Amino acid sequence: MVAVNDVMLDVQHLSMRFGGLTAIDDLSFIARRGDITALIGPNGAGKTTVFNCLTGFYRPSVGKLEFTQASGRKFLLERMPDFRIARDAKVIRTFQNIRLFTGMSVLENLVVAQHLRLTRASGYAVAGLLHLATYRKAERRAVEHARYWLDRIGLTTAADLAAGNLPYGSQRRLEIARAMCAGPELLCLDEPAAGLNPRESDELSDLLLDIRREHDISVLLIEHDMSVVMQISDHVVVLDHGACIADGAPAEVRADPAVISAYLGTAEEDAAAMQQGRQG
Amino acid sequence: MTRVADRQAPPAASLAHLVRDAGLAALVAALLAVPLLGFRLNVSAQGLSLEYRLPWILYAAAAVFAGRLLLSLAARSLWPQVRQRSRGFGARFPSNTNVIVGWVLIGGALVLPWLPFADPRFLSVATLVLIYVMLGWGLNIVVGLAGLLDLGYVAFYAIGAYSFALLSMNFGLSFWICLPLAGILGAFFGILLGFPVLRLRGDYLAIVTLGFGEIIRVILLNWQAVTNGPDGITDIPRPTLFGLSFESPFRGPLHGTGFADFLGVPYSPMQWMFFIYYLILLLALGTTLFAQRMRRLPTGRAWEALREDEIACKSLGMNPVTVKLSAFAIGASFAGLAGCFFAARQGFISPESFTFIESATILAIVVLGGMGSQIGIVLAAMLLVGLPEWFRNLAEYRMIAFGGAMVLIMIWRPGGLLSRRDPTVTLGEGPAESMRPAPAAESPR
Amino acid sequence: MTIDIFLQQLVNGLTLGAFYGLIALGYTMVYGIIGMINFAHGDIYMVGAFISLIGFLLFSALGVASVPVAILLVLVVAMVFTAVYGWAVERIAYRPLRGSQRLAPLISAIGMSIVLQNFVQLTQGARVKPLPPMVQGGYRFTLGTDAHLNVSLLQALIVFLTVALMAGFTYIIRRTPLGRAQRATEQDATMAALLGVNVNRTISITFIIGASLAAVAGLMATLYYGVIDFFIGFVAGIKAFTAAVLGGIGSLPGAMLGGLVIGMIESFWPVYFDLAYRDVAVFGVLVLVLIFRPSGLLGRPEIEKV
Repeated sequence: MVAVNDVMLDVQHLSMRFGGLTAIDDLSFIARRGDITALIGPNGAGKTTVFNCLTGFYRPSVGKLEFTQASGRKFLLERMPDFRIARDAKVIRTFQNIRLFTGMSVLENLVVAQHLRLTRASGYAVAGLLHLATYRKAERRAVEHARYWLDRIGLTTAADLAAGNLPYGSQRRLEIARAMCAGPELLCLDEPAAGLNPRESDELSDLLLDIRREHDISVLLIEHDMSVVMQISDHVVVLDHGACIADGAPAEVRADPAVISAYLGTAEEDAAAMQQGRQG
Repeated sequence: MTRVADRQAPPAASLAHLVRDAGLAALVAALLAVPLLGFRLNVSAQGLSLEYRLPWILYAAAAVFAGRLLLSLAARSLWPQVRQRSRGFGARFPSNTNVIVGWVLIGGALVLPWLPFADPRFLSVATLVLIYVMLGWGLNIVVGLAGLLDLGYVAFYAIGAYSFALLSMNFGLSFWICLPLAGILGAFFGILLGFPVLRLRGDYLAIVTLGFGEIIRVILLNWQAVTNGPDGITDIPRPTLFGLSFESPFRGPLHGTGFADFLGVPYSPMQWMFFIYYLILLLALGTTLFAQRMRRLPTGRAWEALREDEIACKSLGMNPVTVKLSAFAIGASFAGLAGCFFAARQGFISPESFTFIESATILAIVVLGGMGSQIGIVLAAMLLVGLPEWFRNLAEYRMIAFGGAMVLIMIWRPGGLLSRRDPTVTLGEGPAESMRPAPAAESPR
Repeated sequence: MTIDIFLQQLVNGLTLGAFYGLIALGYTMVYGIIGMINFAHGDIYMVGAFISLIGFLLFSALGVASVPVAILLVLVVAMVFTAVYGWAVERIAYRPLRGSQRLAPLISAIGMSIVLQNFVQLTQGARVKPLPPMVQGGYRFTLGTDAHLNVSLLQALIVFLTVALMAGFTYIIRRTPLGRAQRATEQDATMAALLGVNVNRTISITFIIGASLAAVAGLMATLYYGVIDFFIGFVAGIKAFTAAVLGGIGSLPGAMLGGLVIGMIESFWPVYFDLAYRDVAVFGVLVLVLIFRPSGLLGRPEIEKV
């Protein structure tokens, strides 16, 4: 067992510019192994951009993103193409606007996520085409693994339905299960509670805590739902205008004046905007 | 949006409204007819002259008026039934219908040559249809499963055909050696083309593959020394069956034993027809068997996942380029096999057989069939290749009808004739449903 | 290569480029607004060429003797009637398919292309139609003792007409309500409809404009090449589409630039290499550009929205 609380993800001086727009400005933070680290901040603070840099969908303008696996293997994520980050570094993400394979069944979504292992077991399709026992066994194992996650997220009876026809909350859970099926070391969740009702949010919190406890993984979380953030995260990083304005335990961050002003600032603007809307 | 409105609003239009509508259609028809039907350019030794056929404008307008009016009247009285029927065509059948229909079709195909009406012409059309079924099934891997729009599929077909023709003419290799080689060469060129271009977005890929098809054709046309240019390659040897020849003994001495001699029956050209019919049937069934099995393997699931959402695939660690390449190469290798068969069957090939219209036909078969549906592709091939080939003597109208059918079928069933998808793996713990492939994974901007 | 050959090929390339650019505009506008490859557009150009040819014969039969007047009349007639074809193709084959899966309109468009080709073959015959040269003369520039540059009147006319059309057209897109509606529909058709833009009409007008530009190209081809047949739309169509993609599909200046690049390749290739492989060069350049600059020369690079 590796010591917990060692640094897993070390983000140093990350900047991301789109033309003249600076989405992230010299951001540094760390996430420790075994922690649930939350990335919060007002809309447009650059949270999803951080995710996109971490998972290789954007190439950062400046900065170093060092990821250390439990085995001690190090990866410089800013240099790797997106699919390799998922495949080799095992940093798996979900998306703010859910990206399931909507035309495929729920079970297929989970089996596809085990693509790498299965492809190897199918002897790059040769053993599979010959219908060899080794492949059949591997596929059975993949289905069993999928069933485990279906049980966990309560979608076992929906296994053979089209993923796109599931209700919104179930789609969110399915996307998390799919990411788990890909065997992550670091699970990056982009607003998993968005659009969920309070009961579903609570269930989600429980699910995430259980996942972390049972599966020996770490979680990086973008979330707007403060009840979820405060309830489950060990460490909170607050972004505003692409820069880190606070970093610490949930309780500390909540009391931080800079955070309050960032949030209240937007709240005031919101209130002002609402007032105007009413008058107009 | 209009489509939804059209479908839901019951056409309670009054007769006057319908007449006015038909009148407008007739007006448009007349405007369309004025330049191209009303006048005809005649070329003669004296040069170009104009022939006046103004009454044709009236005929066209009248025909469109009557046609439109009758159609809308029919639609008005039959609309509800039509709507009922055209909805959820696939979903109503139980899931094993596909399997049953499939076996019935295979059975039918096996006994077809022995049926009383199977004369040489019929058998030749059936063989041609099977070539397109095979091509359709091969292209379906690329377009239907992996969602890659390939408008140059015919290039790989040409590569297969020419590789057999050239290898057998220049090196005396037999059909049975050339067949796998043609498949390998098809795959090789698929990778060669695919590697640089598979990163491209859907429509760019379409135009690049179209360009590739044209490049191959231009090379075949101009590389006189190797391909004999526009004259093509003639006298390609016929394949043998375990060394038994199907050549006519009346055309000269046989190389080896004749099939008829071996069996001690009189020679008949029908033996050759039967042989190639069963050969292409075997190849086509092999293609679909391969594709069906592939779909249930990780690689096949990756193809479909890629069609659904490329970004999600990347986030799960799949390399989209290798996934696409595998689909592209496998699809191309089946085109290569089909091309090899084509050359063997015809005994003659020229660049003329590999024009864009062939790619368009194969793509149309896949899309009209309902992407991903193996049986739909058979139906579409019969409709788009079998029927026109059968009515070859109406050559002039044949292609208009062909193009018109492509338009009409798309309007009638935009998802294809049969579009349903069965999951590749089931848990069986709850209800199951067949699903449709995600429409427009890359929606237009 | 001496300077005179270079300049001569430059002028020829410019003419060809103008011609491909005009067709490419139709592709790029339609792609911009409804995101489909209007595969029948090349055949619309072919229809335009036939209507122009018929127009010339008709007007000369009606006793129009002046060549400039005849060209002007034919220009108007060809644009109007070809526009009807463009409109009808959209109304019949594309509008019912709006909002359905991506491949359906493409297949429908290919079907329409086949219909148009064979319709013209059926009604006008398959033989190549020749037209004796109508616009003769030109300018001859002396570059040196033995070097001349020939610019035919026709080439000047083609380039001038294209530039004028481009200018007018850019004005329409940039400054008029129609252009605004068009750009709005391009961005988001549903939202535009909610804001009161008549989306169907806007799309129809796009097809009409595209078809009338193609008609101008058809007229030019009739005059420039002097021969047309029912199949000219296919090759011109794919080259023009290549031009549109090359320039960055959806971008109007891009279409013209792409046309120009294709025109230059076509005109310079035979100076160095085998004419027979000219089309290979055109597509080769397309592949190279797309690999190194996937959104074309002037296209907006797309940031993958994750």
